[in-house]
Amino acid sequence: MGNSFNRVRVLVGTRKGAFILESDGERKDWQVSGPHFAGWEIYHMKASPADPNRIYASQSTGWFGQMIQRSDDGGKTWDTVGNNFAYEGVPGTHQWYDGTPHPWEFKRVWHLEPSWTDPDVVYAGVEDAALFKSVNGGKDWAELSGLRNHGSGAHWQPGAGGMCLHTIILDPTQPGRIYIAISAAGAFRTTDDGKTWQPINRGLQSQYIPDPDAEVGHCVHHIAMHPSRPDVLYMQKHWDVMRSDNAGDLWREVSGDLPSDFGFVIDVHAHEPETIYVVPIKSDSEHFPPDGKLRVYRSRSGGNEWEALTEGLPQQDCYVNVLRDAMAVDSLDSCGVYFGTTGGQVYASADGGDTWSAIVRDLPAVLSVEVQSLP
Amino acid sequence: MIRVVIPAHLRTLAKVSGEIQLSVDAPVTQARILDALEQQYPMLRGTVRDQQTKQRRAFVRYFACEDDLSHDPPDAPVPTEVAEGKEPFFIIGAIAGGCSGGSTLSIP
Repeated sequence: MGNSFNRVRVLVGTRKGAFILESDGERKDWQVSGPHFAGWEIYHMKASPADPNRIYASQSTGWFGQMIQRSDDGGKTWDTVGNNFAYEGVPGTHQWYDGTPHPWEFKRVWHLEPSWTDPDVVYAGVEDAALFKSVNGGKDWAELSGLRNHGSGAHWQPGAGGMCLHTIILDPTQPGRIYIAISAAGAFRTTDDGKTWQPINRGLQSQYIPDPDAEVGHCVHHIAMHPSRPDVLYMQKHWDVMRSDNAGDLWREVSGDLPSDFGFVIDVHAHEPETIYVVPIKSDSEHFPPDGKLRVYRSRSGGNEWEALTEGLPQQDCYVNVLRDAMAVDSLDSCGVYFGTTGGQVYASADGGDTWSAIVRDLPAVLSVEVQSLP
Repeated sequence: MIRVVIPAHLRTLAKVSGEIQLSVDAPVTQARILDALEQQYPMLRGTVRDQQTKQRRAFVRYFACEDDLSHDPPDAPVPTEVAEGKEPFFIIGAIAGGCSGGSTLSIP
């Protein structure tokens, strides 16, 4: 195969700051820098595919609100950019937990998704659920309000973690096509860069809502796509691992022989679009790995048949969780897979998941993990 | 000059240490102090009060001269000692709280 990447940079967001880990292509020895923004929650950091030195970070606390930080030198120095996330027009109401109308209120940015081609263009998924876009490097933000106003917004309801827009996937082959997911409204798709949206939840079955196959209301935890096959989507729903082969028009379950079909993360191998990874978590109430064994499950067939990956991962007395944005892959010849835990470890595999080791441990609870493959 | 003390997190954000000195036109009010603070340190916009409504954030308080001024009207004059620069205006992050409604990413 062969490619020009021989370094990696791992961006780790935690409950109490950001950490940046760097290594060469061997991915054995790691340099850790941080905490950056010590004491703040870093829900997400992500670098521009078009300029690896450009990194965006979502920084927040319940006390002082939301900040957006930007680095133009690969995370060495940072500057605050714009943090004015104002809903367009009169925001109106969505449903509260008890079904009563509740005003839309901005709380935080869960996910930042830079454009494939322009380092100054970046999307932000926020709570209460909405999608914002900046075209000037994060200085100014404008809501893509067609999503919130597309018709079902007044009926959206938060999950226990809040009504968050946590997943943003940009189609690299069709500019303007974007997939997003909201907990607990479901998945949506636009083909005109956010002006109009349609729900893409057909095939999802959720027994915890009054109408199990409703158009909206599903608790989607995360969605993943391989950039070479933008019509194929993989989803970890509250329960059920799902797959769509037609850009979300119809989903089918591929949980197969997983020990639990509940979980948060899902990701795709960098070079094998049919190889996917999940971390099964026991639910409904426990939210830790079944049997105290931390196992990544890999399917090489795009779902249904799964194998447990355990070498190097704790196989007893492990009760951490792996949150929805806390898994990523690198694009080196031998694909690296990374995930972070609420126990503060970041585990990495340099061989596609066959073997694992903790590349850092005892961090604050990990909220997100992203990886850059660098020349 | 008006003396303002801000919480540690905001000092880090604003890249300052110790007290902040602000020039504020009379009559000195909470709103004018915060306007001047945000003018001099734009990165603090939204951290003390909402950018649209100008309402104080829930876990922020204003103290001065051993009084809690948090519920005073924003346009009411602050104590003379603050207006004359003899006493600082404290912006405080509450000791308790900070997670409105919880912050539980793990729970869908």
